[in-house]
Amino acid sequence: MAIKILKDKCKGCTLCVKACPFDALRMEDRKAVVDEGKCTNCNACVSKCNFGAIEEAPKAEAVDLSAYKHIWVFAEQRDGKLMSVALELIGEGYRLAREISDDTQVCAVLVGDGIDNLADECFAYGADKVYLIQDPLLKNYTTDGYTKVITDAIHEYKPEIVLYGATHIGRDLAPRIAARCNTGLTADCTRLDVKVSSYIEFAKKNTTLDTSTLDPNDPSTGIKQTRPAFGGNLMATIICPKTRPQMSTVRPGVMSKREKVEGAKGEIVNVKPAITADDIRVEIVDIVKHAKEMVSLTDADIICSGGRGLGDASGFELIKKFADKVGGVVGSSRACVDAGWIDHSHQVGQTGTTVKPKIYFACGISGAIQHLAGMQTSDIIVAINKDPEAPIFEVADYGIVGDLYKVIPQIMEEWDKAEDLYEAAEKAN
Amino acid sequence: MAFKIIVCAKQVPDTNVIKINPKTGTLIRDGVPSILNPDDANALEEALKIKDKHPDTHITVVTMGPPQANDLLFECIAMGADEGILVSDRAVGGSDTWATSNTLDAAIKKIGEFDLILAGRQAIDGDTAQVGPQIAEKLHLPQVTYVEEFNIDDNMKDITVKRQLEDGYEIIKIQTPCMLTAIKELNTPRYMSMKGIFGEKKMTTWNAKDIEVDLNTVGLEASPTNVFRSFTPAPKGKGVILEGDTEKEVADKLLVNLKAKHVI
Repeated sequence: MAIKILKDKCKGCTLCVKACPFDALRMEDRKAVVDEGKCTNCNACVSKCNFGAIEEAPKAEAVDLSAYKHIWVFAEQRDGKLMSVALELIGEGYRLAREISDDTQVCAVLVGDGIDNLADECFAYGADKVYLIQDPLLKNYTTDGYTKVITDAIHEYKPEIVLYGATHIGRDLAPRIAARCNTGLTADCTRLDVKVSSYIEFAKKNTTLDTSTLDPNDPSTGIKQTRPAFGGNLMATIICPKTRPQMSTVRPGVMSKREKVEGAKGEIVNVKPAITADDIRVEIVDIVKHAKEMVSLTDADIICSGGRGLGDASGFELIKKFADKVGGVVGSSRACVDAGWIDHSHQVGQTGTTVKPKIYFACGISGAIQHLAGMQTSDIIVAINKDPEAPIFEVADYGIVGDLYKVIPQIMEEWDKAEDLYEAAEKAN
Repeated sequence: MAFKIIVCAKQVPDTNVIKINPKTGTLIRDGVPSILNPDDANALEEALKIKDKHPDTHITVVTMGPPQANDLLFECIAMGADEGILVSDRAVGGSDTWATSNTLDAAIKKIGEFDLILAGRQAIDGDTAQVGPQIAEKLHLPQVTYVEEFNIDDNMKDITVKRQLEDGYEIIKIQTPCMLTAIKELNTPRYMSMKGIFGEKKMTTWNAKDIEVDLNTVGLEASPTNVFRSFTPAPKGKGVILEGDTEKEVADKLLVNLKAKHVI
């Protein structure tokens, strides 16, 4: 590794060439060029450059892993409102922190402007500490702005683990920060463990993994990040043994929030961000929310999802009525989104939203592996499909083989009578 | 001066047709076709649309992979790209996203001048969406991910994009040089043309030495993340099929069961 010339900033002044004690710099096309064979990373040139065009060589020495402590959660907010996944991650971070040690904390990192009030919400859901990073330039998310201030804070406070929601913002931000920190990042995790014994317990219950080679008394607390790969066909558990912090993005809707404790308090650390307008190289012209009704699949208790078995786009009219009747929201398989029957924001599955409602109605959904990857942890799955061989029946708790256009209206009609039906059935037994 | 675009692409197994061996619980890769990653096809298509309008635009497709990834370069050139570069070396095998971005960073630096880098948001084998932003970070480029609409001024400098969000979108202005990652909503990729298929192919293979990458930053050993274990998900216990003479009977059975489980 050597120092790095930022070509777009180099003005060709040659000051660095003169400053280099090892003759490792020369000019080419009026830009400084470094000879990596000669550069010794002495950094003598870095301070000589008046244009900030030279970057220090990355430190090669082994990272002292023990210098890193506590779990950070990027508490994503949009328009002054915390994303649900932020609270889920505080809950998960709380669980992991207590497993690591009694004095490991879960800390929420709040970035924005005028968002002091969100700290209380983070405390109420389990955060021990809140880092508040505020500046008018940070009001809306930008890759450049958020990457800079969070990376600076990571360098200063050295967290052991940093968790991000795998949202369109988290998945834009986390790779940038991980690359700048030269550390590992695992995308779209659906399960996190620190204790080997917890991992074994999880694996035994939910997977085909042979756990006999794992030692439940292993004291290491490196994070074990489990995620789907190959479209959900395979699960992989990823570790990050050599670098810190360990970073993961986590699918919204997968982790559980803690019970809200009103009035819970914790420590607030105000971090003064070193940010200027020049740091942000894009201009956000507009942020538009869909005028249409918000689909909050991740928060829904009941989801009524339609698939190709609906026949055509008009089938979603029935699904909508069904959802209205049972107090649910409308979901969809990828096939219907690709066919243009419904907006992608309704899509459940590996490339859509991961959901775990109390009840998932899969209506005319065959159950492609990508779809199953996004809904199979639902508490109860009800599948309605004409084809008795459809893979959806493999994961369904209750299967109904039949015409959804006949079955669903019947369920709607009987829905309000469920209590009476149940009592009648109890008596009959 | 001609506008120069680099498109980052990946050859991936078609995950839609991957099957699991039910006995061994392993992936059956035999007979699974390798394809141009779908989001990358959208990235290339957007580059080709710029070239349609400004024919002196030069498009270089860069990929990393085994020698058979040349098939992908063939396809991209047959669609209309000018040339393809494959970075192939055992030394870069087993790279995670950090190490992959170091490799592609070095390859792009060797390619030299460019105005725009287009990549797919994510590849369907790993679904990480990390390599695009990590290349941008190494190259100190501004980025916009999840691009669903793209416009460039005739000055070939000012770009306006629509960035998809879960609950809407953003309109963002950015200037070249920059990195943009494409999603399927951006466009519909064209097919290969006859002329493209039979035309001359400018394809180059580079090894790690060619791109002068620091070998301590690539490959399995250098990757900060490692696979600890991998396995297939356990199938959820099979449930019950509700049967009855009428739809009403079945619906009633369902509701009784849901009530018994206290979910309604």
